[in-house]
Amino acid sequence: MSAIFILITASLLVAIGFLIAFLWAVKSGQFEDKYTPSVRIFFDDKKTSSENVDDKESKEN
Amino acid sequence: MSDIYIGDKVFCCNGCKLVYELLSAKDLCAYYALSQKPGISPQEAGISTKYEYLDDPQVILQLRDFSDGKISKVTFKTPSMHCSSCIWLLENLYKVNSGIISSQVNFLRKEVSITYQEGKVTLRAVVELLVSIGYEPEINLASLQQKIYSESNKDLYIKIGIAGFAFGNIMLFSLPDYLAVDGTLSSDFKKFFGYLNILLALPVFFYSSMDYLKSAMNGLKQKSINMDVPISLGIITLFMRSLYDILSSTGSGFMDSFAGLVFFLLIGKLFQKKTYESLSFERDYRSYFPVSVMRIHEVREKAVSIEDLAINDRIIIRNQELVPADAVLIKGKGMIDYSFVTGESEPVEKNSGDMLYAGGKQIGSAIELEIIKDVSQSYLTQLWNNETFSKSSESRMTSLANKISKYFTLIVIAIASLSAIYWLLTDIYLALNAFTAVLIVACPCALALSTPFTLGNTLRIFGRNNFYLKNASVVERLAKIDTIVFDKTGTLTQSWDTKIQFVSTAADGMKLTAQEKNQIKSLVRHSTHPLSQYIFMELEGSGDLSLQHFQEFPGEGITGTVDGDKIKIGSQNFIAHKVQPEALPFTRVHVSIANKYKGYFKIVNTYRKDLGKVIESLQKQYDLALLSGDNISEKKNLGKYFKYENKLHFNQTPFDKLNYIKHLKDSGKQVVMIGDGLNDAGALKQSDVGISISEDINAFSPASDGILDAKKFGRLPDFFAFSKKSVKVIIISFIISFLYNIIGLSIAAQGTLSPLIAAILMPISSVSVIIFTSGVTSGIARRMGLL
Repeated sequence: MSAIFILITASLLVAIGFLIAFLWAVKSGQFEDKYTPSVRIFFDDKKTSSENVDDKESKEN
Repeated sequence: MSDIYIGDKVFCCNGCKLVYELLSAKDLCAYYALSQKPGISPQEAGISTKYEYLDDPQVILQLRDFSDGKISKVTFKTPSMHCSSCIWLLENLYKVNSGIISSQVNFLRKEVSITYQEGKVTLRAVVELLVSIGYEPEINLASLQQKIYSESNKDLYIKIGIAGFAFGNIMLFSLPDYLAVDGTLSSDFKKFFGYLNILLALPVFFYSSMDYLKSAMNGLKQKSINMDVPISLGIITLFMRSLYDILSSTGSGFMDSFAGLVFFLLIGKLFQKKTYESLSFERDYRSYFPVSVMRIHEVREKAVSIEDLAINDRIIIRNQELVPADAVLIKGKGMIDYSFVTGESEPVEKNSGDMLYAGGKQIGSAIELEIIKDVSQSYLTQLWNNETFSKSSESRMTSLANKISKYFTLIVIAIASLSAIYWLLTDIYLALNAFTAVLIVACPCALALSTPFTLGNTLRIFGRNNFYLKNASVVERLAKIDTIVFDKTGTLTQSWDTKIQFVSTAADGMKLTAQEKNQIKSLVRHSTHPLSQYIFMELEGSGDLSLQHFQEFPGEGITGTVDGDKIKIGSQNFIAHKVQPEALPFTRVHVSIANKYKGYFKIVNTYRKDLGKVIESLQKQYDLALLSGDNISEKKNLGKYFKYENKLHFNQTPFDKLNYIKHLKDSGKQVVMIGDGLNDAGALKQSDVGISISEDINAFSPASDGILDAKKFGRLPDFFAFSKKSVKVIIISFIISFLYNIIGLSIAAQGTLSPLIAAILMPISSVSVIIFTSGVTSGIARRMGLL
C-alpha cells in the first residue's frame, strides 16, 4: 500500500508542473490578446522575412 | 463603406485595398523595393504640418513607452483597424520603412506597438507613415497625460488557476474518505490526505480569497455589511474548522468545499468583469483636444503643446482644427462649427474682435486668435471643474445583493448562535460543531453567484446588440430608472442622413439636368463645408469634371468654372438673387449656373427612423424630456412625438443640461440621459445612467456608462425592458438559493453536517444557480429578439 503514497506524491508534483506552466503562460501575457495570434498564424512570416534578408543582402552587394 | 473599390472588387477598408494594390501591382518579392519610397498613398493636404509637434522632445518623451537611446517603443491606438488585412499591414511596417524594427497588433484593443530605431526614423515619420496608409493614430491630450491604460485580468486568472487546481486535487484526495464505508480507510491514509489538503488549501486561503477578505474588512470599517462579509465569514469558518478537524484528527474537514467555494466565486467575478477593451468610457475634453497648436512667436510659427498655452498667446487655427481655449479672433474670417459643444448644427460666422469659445471647429481658411483664458478655465472645459466630475460614480447606489446581505448576515449569525445555545446544554463540542456548520452552509455562495452571472450575461447580450455598458452594475441602475432625458442633435436626429431636396424656382419648373448635377457635384467636392458635403453625397454623377478658378468665400459660398460654366453656390446674398424671405425651419443653399439662378437645395435634418415608435413605447412607462442646445425651430416637429411639450427645452447650455438633470435627481427621480456630444458630458455624468449614442462606436464619445450604436436606437425600449427582467431573474435566483440554505441549515442546526453533505450541497446549489440565471436571461433575450 505504501506505493500509493509515492504515486500520489508523484502525481501531485506532475500536476504542480502544469499549474506552474499555466502561471507562466498568464505572466508572459499569453492571455492578454486572445484574438490577434489566431490571425497572425496565417501570415507567411518566415518566408517573407528570409526573403527580406536576401533582398537586403543583394542590395548591399 | 462600399465606396472603397478597385474595378469590381469591393474592400472593407483602406488597409485591405492597399494590401490588394501592393500584391497585385507587384508580386510579393518586388514589394520590398517600396522601402525606398515610403509615401505610398497620396498624402493628405495639411499632413505636412499637422504632426510637426511630434518633433518636440517633450511630446516624444510623453508618448514613448520605452527608449534606450537607440531603440524606442511606442504604442498607439488606431481605431480604424478592423480586419485581418489591417493586422497584416500593420505588422509588416518594417518592410515599408527600414527604421521600423517590428510592430505588433493587439486587435481587441485596437492598438499597435511599434519598435523603431532612433536616428533612422523619427516618431513623427512613424506617425505620418501610419496616417498615409490609413491608420491615423489617436493622439490627444489624454494620451499624453496618461499612458494608454491597460487593465489586465492577470491577477484574477492566476487566482482562479490556483483555486481551481486546489479544488480539483482536494476533491480527488477527499474521495477515498467519502467512499470508504464505516472507517475502512486506514488512519495513515486519512492523515496523509488530510495534510495534503491543508497544503493545497493554504494558497487558496492566503492568496485566492484575499480580495473577499479585504473587501469585507473595508466594509466593516465603514460600518456597512456588504456581500463580501457573509462570504468571508463562510470562508474563514470553513478553513479554520477544517484545519482544526484535520490537525486534531476529529474529522476530514471541508477543504474541498472551501476550495470549490472560492473557485466558483472567482469564476463569477471573471464572468462579471467583461469589458470592451477597444472602447473608452472615460473620455473627457482632453481626448477631444489636439496635442498641439501653432503659436506665433515673433513672426515665426511654432507648434506648442496645448498645456503650454498662456493667456495673450497668438495662435493659428487652420481648416477643421479646434479652438483649444477661449480666444478673440484677430485676423481672418471665422466659420465656427460648434456642433459638438452646443449641439447647434449650423456653423457660426465670426469677424475679427469676436469671441470664440473652446471646442469650436474652424471651417474654411486659417484664422489668427489671441488666447484670453487658460485651456482648463475655458467655457467648455469649465464643465469638468464641476463637482459632478470629482465624485465617484460607483458609490451612488448599493446593489441589490449588498442590501440583502445585510439582513442575511444578521439572520445567519442569529441562527448559528441559537443552535449553539441549544446544543450547549448537552455538549460543548456539538454546540461548536453546530455553530460552525451553520456558518458554513449558509455561506451565500449561490446568492453571491446569481448577481454576477445574471448581470454578466445581460452585459454580453447587450454587447451583441451593439449596446456596450461600462460594467455590470450599470444594468442594475438601468432597471431602476423612471425618467429618460434626450439630447436632440445627433441623438434624435441623424447627422449623416440629411434630407436634401432641390427646389427649382425657374419659371418652367425645370429640374436640374444630369450634366448640371454633375457640374455642381464637381464643384462642391472641393469644399469641406458640411453643407457642401451633404450636397456632394446627394447628387448623382461622377463629380470629376475639371474645375477652374475655384474660390471659397467663408460664410458665403463657393464658386468655380466647371466645363466652361461658372457656377455659384451659397447664401442668398452671395448668389445675388432676390427671393421672398420666408421663415422656414430648414437651411437653403442657392445655386446659379452661368449667371442664371436655378433654385435652391432644401436641407432638413431627419429624425431617426424609429423615433416615433421609441418615444411612443417609452412614454407609457417613463417620463420623457428633451434638452437641446439648438434653437427652438424644431419644437413643432418634435411636439408631434412627445406628449408633453413643456418638457422640451431648447437653447440649453452644457451647464443648463447638467443642472436640469441635477434638479430631476434632487426631486427623487432616477434619470437616464441619452446624448452624444461634449455638450452633454455634464448631463451624462450627472445622471444615474449616461448613455452616449454614436454612429461609429470607436469614434469619440464623451464619458458615459454605456455606448449605444446609433443603428440600434430603435431597440432602446427593449434594452430598458430587458434590464428590468434581468433584475427580476436575480431576485428569483435569490429565492432559490434561500431554499437551498433552508435545507442546509436544517441539517446544520442539528449538528450533523458531514463533509460529504457539504461537498454535495455546495456545488449543486452553485451550479444550479449559474445554470438557472444564464439560461433564463438567454431565454428571455431570445424571446425578445435580442439573441
